[in-house]
Amino acid sequence: MSEPIEEVQDAPVQRLERGDAFLDVRDLKVHFPTDDGVVKSVDGISFQLERGKTLGIVGESGSGKSVTSLSIMGLHPPGVANISGQIFLDGQDLVTSTREEVRLLRGKRMAMIFQDPLSAMHPFYTVGTQIVEAYRVHNDVSKQVAKKHAIEMLDRVGIPQPDKRVDAYPHQFSGGMRQRAMIAMALSCDPDLLIADEPTTALDVTVQAQILDLIRDLQREFNSAVIIITHDLGVVAELADDIQVMYAGRAVEYSTAEDIFDRPQHPYTWGLLGSMPRIDRERTERLIPIKGTPPSLINVPKGCAFNPRCNYAHLNGGASETDRPELLDTGNGHLVACHLSPQERQKAWETDIKPKL
Amino acid sequence: MTTTDAEETPVVPKIGEELLSVDGLVKHFPIRKGLLQRQVGAVQAVDGLTFNVTRGETLSLVGESGCGKTTTGRLLTRLLEPTAGKIVFEGRDISHLSEGRMRPLRRDVQMIFQDPYGSLNPRHTVGKIVGAPFRLQNVKTEHGVKRAVQELLELVGLSPEHYNRYPHEFSGGQRQRIGIARTLALRPKLIVADEPVSALDVSIQAQVVNLLEDLQEEFDLTYVMIAHDLSVVRHVSDRVAVMYLGKIVELADRVSLYEKPMHPYTVALLSAVPVPDTKRKAKQERIRLQGDVPSPINPPPACRFHTRCWKAQEICKTTEPPLIELKPGHQTACHFPENVDAPAAKAEPAS
Amino acid sequence: MFAYLVRRVIGAVLLLFIVTAVTFAIFFLVPRLGGATADDLAGRYVGKSAGQEQIHNTAVRLGFTDPLYVQYGRFVKGLVVGQEYNYGTGTEHCPAPCFGYSFLTQQPVWPDLVSRIPVTASLAGGAAFIWLITGVGTGIISALRRGSVLDRSLMSVALAGVSLPIFFTGLLSLSIFSYSLGWTQQGGVNPLDETNPLWWAYDLILPWVTLAFLYAAAYARLTRAGMLETMNEDFVRTARAKGLTERTVVLRHGLRSALTPILTIFGLDLGLLMGGAILTETTFSLPGIGQYAVIALRANDLPKVLGVTLVAAFFIVLANLVVDLLYAVVDPRVRIS
Repeated sequence: MSEPIEEVQDAPVQRLERGDAFLDVRDLKVHFPTDDGVVKSVDGISFQLERGKTLGIVGESGSGKSVTSLSIMGLHPPGVANISGQIFLDGQDLVTSTREEVRLLRGKRMAMIFQDPLSAMHPFYTVGTQIVEAYRVHNDVSKQVAKKHAIEMLDRVGIPQPDKRVDAYPHQFSGGMRQRAMIAMALSCDPDLLIADEPTTALDVTVQAQILDLIRDLQREFNSAVIIITHDLGVVAELADDIQVMYAGRAVEYSTAEDIFDRPQHPYTWGLLGSMPRIDRERTERLIPIKGTPPSLINVPKGCAFNPRCNYAHLNGGASETDRPELLDTGNGHLVACHLSPQERQKAWETDIKPKL
Repeated sequence: MTTTDAEETPVVPKIGEELLSVDGLVKHFPIRKGLLQRQVGAVQAVDGLTFNVTRGETLSLVGESGCGKTTTGRLLTRLLEPTAGKIVFEGRDISHLSEGRMRPLRRDVQMIFQDPYGSLNPRHTVGKIVGAPFRLQNVKTEHGVKRAVQELLELVGLSPEHYNRYPHEFSGGQRQRIGIARTLALRPKLIVADEPVSALDVSIQAQVVNLLEDLQEEFDLTYVMIAHDLSVVRHVSDRVAVMYLGKIVELADRVSLYEKPMHPYTVALLSAVPVPDTKRKAKQERIRLQGDVPSPINPPPACRFHTRCWKAQEICKTTEPPLIELKPGHQTACHFPENVDAPAAKAEPAS
Repeated sequence: MFAYLVRRVIGAVLLLFIVTAVTFAIFFLVPRLGGATADDLAGRYVGKSAGQEQIHNTAVRLGFTDPLYVQYGRFVKGLVVGQEYNYGTGTEHCPAPCFGYSFLTQQPVWPDLVSRIPVTASLAGGAAFIWLITGVGTGIISALRRGSVLDRSLMSVALAGVSLPIFFTGLLSLSIFSYSLGWTQQGGVNPLDETNPLWWAYDLILPWVTLAFLYAAAYARLTRAGMLETMNEDFVRTARAKGLTERTVVLRHGLRSALTPILTIFGLDLGLLMGGAILTETTFSLPGIGQYAVIALRANDLPKVLGVTLVAAFFIVLANLVVDLLYAVVDPRVRIS
């Protein structure tokens, strides 16, 4: 496990040649001009991802995690979003590609599964029809061949009696089966990149476990790169090799999953960990919430966006309120955007946070 | 292990007065079909629940979708009328009270809903929303309704100045606080909270969970919490009832349930919870249930869990296991329960 | 599915039955309640100079002196199996569906109505075709170009279309295209038969366009609203994520859902028009059911009015039924329940 991680760890700072990583996102910004002002949903994020690896993007609503994935897929309607930066998929910059070029990649080289499989499938078409449609856009085959492929895919994702279920409508499936069908559809063209946006949030916990297993197995089988977007730290711990924690449109911490959970460095990450009750630890008397609420993306606080909610902002001599901290390597490829000195951070983690989790 | 148990036991057998008792509660929703709309079956949403709630405790109902936990909450608050069985609140049978007879009791039994967006009227000010219970119940307030509402807003961590604002000006967490303020207006004795935090962001969830705990302490509230998140449930509950397809399969105090679950379903449920720890996935072999929860229209016979249970034997398909107390305060409905090694059970600090 | 179908058909028949009862009540019960006697009613069936005796005889002959339920029974029987009509001098068989005889012409109403249905159907069908194509098309374009100049101008035209009454747009178009330019007919219509379908279309083009303008405007607005909603649905995003062309996304995924509510309204509109497009038919002098209704009303010719009312009601109930069944065809969630 350790060797491939090394490779990714060094990546963010040193890799400069375009398209070195399979997916290489650089200084991506997605801004939405509105009547009230510019909504800076994503405001400069960078990450790399190799085939066979999983990146978890964690954050709360409005952190920009879903907007990021929609930009990679080129799913923002034209003229609505201002996108800048670069997104290299196997060397091709998706930001400067034409819409038609990106469309041809969608579904074929990169695919996506969504949170609510009921609303994400068309209610009027059978599951089979929808998979066939996805396959035939990118493969010049007859309907019969495509349907056979759809049945194979349904079988592969663990749907019983796939030859019968292929003609059923989405509402005739249970929630778990629908999500399996969505996965079958997404994987029908054997994409190199799979983006899963809250894939299990709408599902029951025992079904969630099945779906997470399935995603993991399929990734091994197809050797695809996977981005999993979620607010649930438990889910990323299950799947992710690397984790990027987002807050108010920017990455505040980026490292291997082990580092994020064992040695988290950013006060926001600490806050997330302290907010969740843990079933695997002794029960704490009280949860430690993050004070306040996430900021509006039109008026992001000056300096560090997290400073109004941070318990340590006062330690930085005013820098938190004026300067935006850059995402810097603190060693071993563990990137953190925080003004705290390594010593202060170490002390806070060891004395304030870790004992209370 | 024993030390933690010993430390936490005081919370467990709260010898309080019984506030609510439920006996054989059933709710079936008829399904009508065909030309004459004859009843051809029923969604057996809740099918024979028996439990009680002690004053001051938090009892949680957990389970997956279709287990009937939300229906149970609606029955307890009498938003629905039970098909059979009895609900006794403070010694009074409320199972079939009419809307009018129920109204005075609505002061004592309140509900918090999951969706902080849908449960507040967007065209009313916060003052009007939170003050509504006073007007509806004709309650006299010492310094006027406005003052009372402002005190409530402060109590739930909002500012009194929010009185004239509208729900859309607030974030999800704040809206849930408004909902809680409204619930508290008439100082209820029992609050049924249906997924009170599941629509909220993680950092906000913790704030609301803490608020609910503080309020319980301050006003001696009794909670029936309906939730699917087992981590949150462990944090807030004194006792937990695990439901599967309309029945309680296990009912125990928190420590006993989370540390020594007896019903295979509970065991599977607990092992399925994803944990924010990368080491766990390597070290622990999961129990994976196959398939989905069967339909409550046509639930499996006898033990309803037998279709997905890895321990199921012939008897599970023919005889329904009763919900019996296998350990003090720990009821389970299973023919082959887990964690019942006799010595361990005896070693529990019962005294 | 079969039970659904049978239930809907039975429901439709029951509804028609209720409509006959209500219609009957309006024409025969309400005057009674208003103090009219059997003789007063019969007075309309005979000449002005008739004596009291003659009127009374007519009342007896027409059955106005019978209890109301007997009269209603006879009325329904006439609709279903036909009726023997006593002329005083002899009887005549009025075949089903018998709506009775006109006061003025003494001719049975039903053949009159039947001869007018094709005209109304031609008008309604042709206009429906035009408004469906243009209205839905405009709606789609507007929704896809939301906020653009094109969207705003199309929607302004649509607003005008919804607001302007037929007798205004109709007369205006007549004065321009017929009277001034002489491009089209000034009124009337050739029947549609194998010899001259083009003449038929040529005669109707102006009424079609005028009527369609009103509806197209409404449909454009409906389609636009529906499309804006469905294009934001998750399944449309999924369709895009699959890499489908924008055209497929819009037509196969977006429009398919947006059209469902429009289908309902379309069925009802068409049903309503089949009962007579009164303003259009009057403006363009088309001998359809609507014009027939106006003539009957002016002459106070009760049996005709009754006939038109029932035929109109029949078409509306029929349209409702067809829409319900189509819904099941379009939406599998209705079909399999």
